[in-house]
Order: sequence, then C-alpha cells, then structure tokens
Amino acid sequence: MFVPSITNPVGDFVRELVPQLAAFLPASLQSDTLNSIVAFLVNALICVIAVCIVNIGSAPILIYMERKVCAHVQCRLGPMRLGWHGTIQTIADVLKMLFKEVYAPSGADKLMFYLAPLIVLIAPFIVCALIPFGRNLVVADVSMGIPLIIAVNGFGVLGILLGGWSSNNKYSLLGALRSGAQMISYEISFAMILLFVVMISGSTNLMSITLGQEGTIFDWWIFKVPVLGIIAFILFFISSTAEMNRAPFDIAEAEQELTGGYHTEYNGTPFAMFYLAEYIALVTNSSLAVTCFLGGFYAPCIGISFIDQYLNMVPGVIWFFAKVFFMIWCYMMVRWTFVRPRVDQLMDFEWKFLLPVNLVLLVAGAAFIAISG
Amino acid sequence: MSEYIILSIFLFLGAFIALAATVTGLLLGYRTKKTKNKMAPYECGMQTIGNARIQFKVGYYLFALLFLVFDIEALFLFPVLMNYKSIMAGNTPLSPTIVVIDLVIFMAVLVSGLAYAWKKGILKWE
Repeated sequence: MFVPSITNPVGDFVRELVPQLAAFLPASLQSDTLNSIVAFLVNALICVIAVCIVNIGSAPILIYMERKVCAHVQCRLGPMRLGWHGTIQTIADVLKMLFKEVYAPSGADKLMFYLAPLIVLIAPFIVCALIPFGRNLVVADVSMGIPLIIAVNGFGVLGILLGGWSSNNKYSLLGALRSGAQMISYEISFAMILLFVVMISGSTNLMSITLGQEGTIFDWWIFKVPVLGIIAFILFFISSTAEMNRAPFDIAEAEQELTGGYHTEYNGTPFAMFYLAEYIALVTNSSLAVTCFLGGFYAPCIGISFIDQYLNMVPGVIWFFAKVFFMIWCYMMVRWTFVRPRVDQLMDFEWKFLLPVNLVLLVAGAAFIAISG
Repeated sequence: MSEYIILSIFLFLGAFIALAATVTGLLLGYRTKKTKNKMAPYECGMQTIGNARIQFKVGYYLFALLFLVFDIEALFLFPVLMNYKSIMAGNTPLSPTIVVIDLVIFMAVLVSGLAYAWKKGILKWE
C-alpha cells in the first residue's frame, strides 16, 4: 500500500516520534501503515501552519513597510501615531477591515462575486509550497517545479477576470480586462525567463536550481553566465512587477482612470483577500527571484575564506529572507519612483520589446552553453 | 507522489482561508439598511445607464490567442532545454547538431508567426 511521507528534518522527527507515542495505544490499534499515515498528516499540518505564518504574517509587515517606504520617498513620515513609529497601525487596519460590511452590489453575480477572492488566493499559496526556504526546508519538492509555477499563475488571472465581470460595474469590467490582457502578456516573458534559468541550470526542480549555485557570489545564476544573467534578472524583475499588477504597471487599477479597477465593488474581507493575495504574490515572486538568480539560501560568499567562514555561520533561512526582503524593498522603490505608462505603451513594451529580447536571450544562452560546453 | 498530495492540500488552503475570511466578514460586519442608492454600482454618482456587461474590443481576444501560442511554445521548450546541457555534453543518444537544427526550425516558425502578427497590426493597441 502506498503511504505518503515527507522527507525533511521536521518530517523525520515526526516520523520517529509517532511510533513511540503509538506504543501507549492498545495493541489492536497499532500498525505501521497507521503510524505512517498519522505521521504524514501531522507533517502536512506543520507545513500548512508554517506556510500560513509566513504568508499571512508577512502581509501586515509588508503593508507597514510599503507605507513607510512610500512616505519616506515622498518626504513624509507615514504612520506614526499607533505604537512606536506606527508599528501596530496595520493590525488596527486589519481589525477595521473585519468589521466592515460585506455585500454585493445590485445586479452582481453573487456566486462569482464571492468566488473570485477564493480563486485569487489559491496561486500564491501553491507557489509558496514549492519554494525551498532552506537546505531541507521545502514543503513539496516536486520535479516539475517551474512549469507548475507558470501553470498556477494562471489562477490569478482567472480570479481577477471573474471578480471584474461579476461586479456589474463598467469600471470593474474594463479594469479586469486590462489586467487580464496585461497579466497574460507578461506571463510569456515570465515563462521565457524561467526557461532561460532552466536551460542554464539543467533542471526544473527549484531545489536543484538552488543547489547548483553553491559557492561564491559568482556562482549564482545572475553572475555565472556573464552579462546574460544580469539581463535575464532585469527582465524577470520587469515582468514579475507586471505580473503582480504593481506600479508602474498598475494600469489595471489606475485610480485616476478606472476608480479602482477590478476590485472597485469589493469591500470588507473579500477586498482584504485581494490585497492579501497581492502581498503574498510579492513575497513569492521575490522568493522565486532569489531562488532562480540570487543563490537561494546560500550565503553571499566572496571567495575570501576569512570573511566567508563568518557568513556561513548564519543559517540559510536567514540569508533567504534577508535576500527576499532586499528584493521586496527593490519592488517598493520601483513602485514609488517610476511613473505609470499608458495601456498601449505597456502592451507595446511587452510584445515589441521584451518578447524579442527574450527570444534573443534564449538563443544567446543556448549558444553560450554550446560554446562553453 | 507525496509531494503532490501535499500540493493538493495547499490547493484548497488558499481558497479555505479566503472563504473563512469572507464568512467572518459576513458575520462580524456592520450591517445597515440596504437602500437602492447604496446597492447601486459605484460609477459616477448618477443612475447608471445600461448593463455593465458591455461589448469590448476584439483586441483582447487576439492577445489571448497569441498568449496561448507562446505559452504552449514555452511548455514545449521545457523538456528540450532542461536536458540541453547534457545533450550538448553528449551524454544522451541524441546528436547535438540535430537538436540545434530542430530548435532553430521551431524558433523560426514562432518568430515568423510573431512577425506576421506584428505586420498585420494585431500588436497595435488602440
């Protein structure tokens, strides 16, 4: 009989613990299969709780961070009243959001209206389960990691289109359509860049992509392939910003033109879910960038053993999250310093610039591998 | 296999969290009388004219078609490019030259498709 199991330090610990606890049960209840199934379920629960903490816990931190970054870019102070430097402001906001009235406007397709935030939130959770946060810290170490991420990203578009269409609001529909067009367009360059990473690393498994970057900073995929790696990283940064509908590519919810885009009619907790999905997507996209280009959980060693021994003493998870927060900071700085392009400029940029550059990049990468062997 | 079972749990996790939040909002949320003006779509303050499910331009559909072509192309390239390194190193029974020629033909067909769409003005947003 097939019994699923999880192989990581936590999983191994639970698998050893469960038979010892089961020894206290009456003999008729004891069996190895049952033990394995219980161990699997406990492990799955631990994974679920861990990912929930990372995802839902990071959203308030990121919202606070975004408000502070935005404020300091604009020479303001941002939230300052609640707690030290406004640290508990977002908790107050979450509480406020819980007590807001939830209703669908007249003429809305109620089922679809409430279904949309559910679908939007599926994708970031699955992607989060695929990211290796540490040497053995990955929830699902699947061999088809990167194609799965590309496939799952489609859920986000579906949820946004559904939300916009069901709201019975012309602005929502237009915002959703623009958003859909933008997201599917930039998904192509997103997929192509990941294709480039797959080509130079020779694997679609995110763990082996990370393990291939062991060594110094110059072994990371961004630097390992001269020039092409940096170009690929910049293209990834641009296309993932557009994927997430973040400014400067936020034409989908351009307040001045479309009031609020696809979530104009949403209020209370369903609106909060769209917001949450946006911020979890920020974490997962940054994690993906770190995994594919910036060495994942490896310390940024520079080849001088005297310094490297201290850098290697810090656990990989801490390096991973340090890099992720650096990436998030970059996304935020870009959001608050660049101006928004028009719709036609945005589509032109993808189809007439990014896509040809991507194809050239793939060919150049293939040539580089063929020459260097 | 175990990984995919975990992933199917995660497939429902996000949806479950959103559902729980929506139900919490419906239970805890402040309720007021649902007047006609409150339930009206938020558009311009006046009575909205016509249905919101308006006709939109066909350009969106064409972009979706192009997306389909290129996304499937990326999917087709995955198995080849994943093993590209070992093919080039000669670790597979495939001949590197033939693989490169195949890839060039594949890419040429795609690029000519993109060039055709560009020439036809599909990529122009107006």
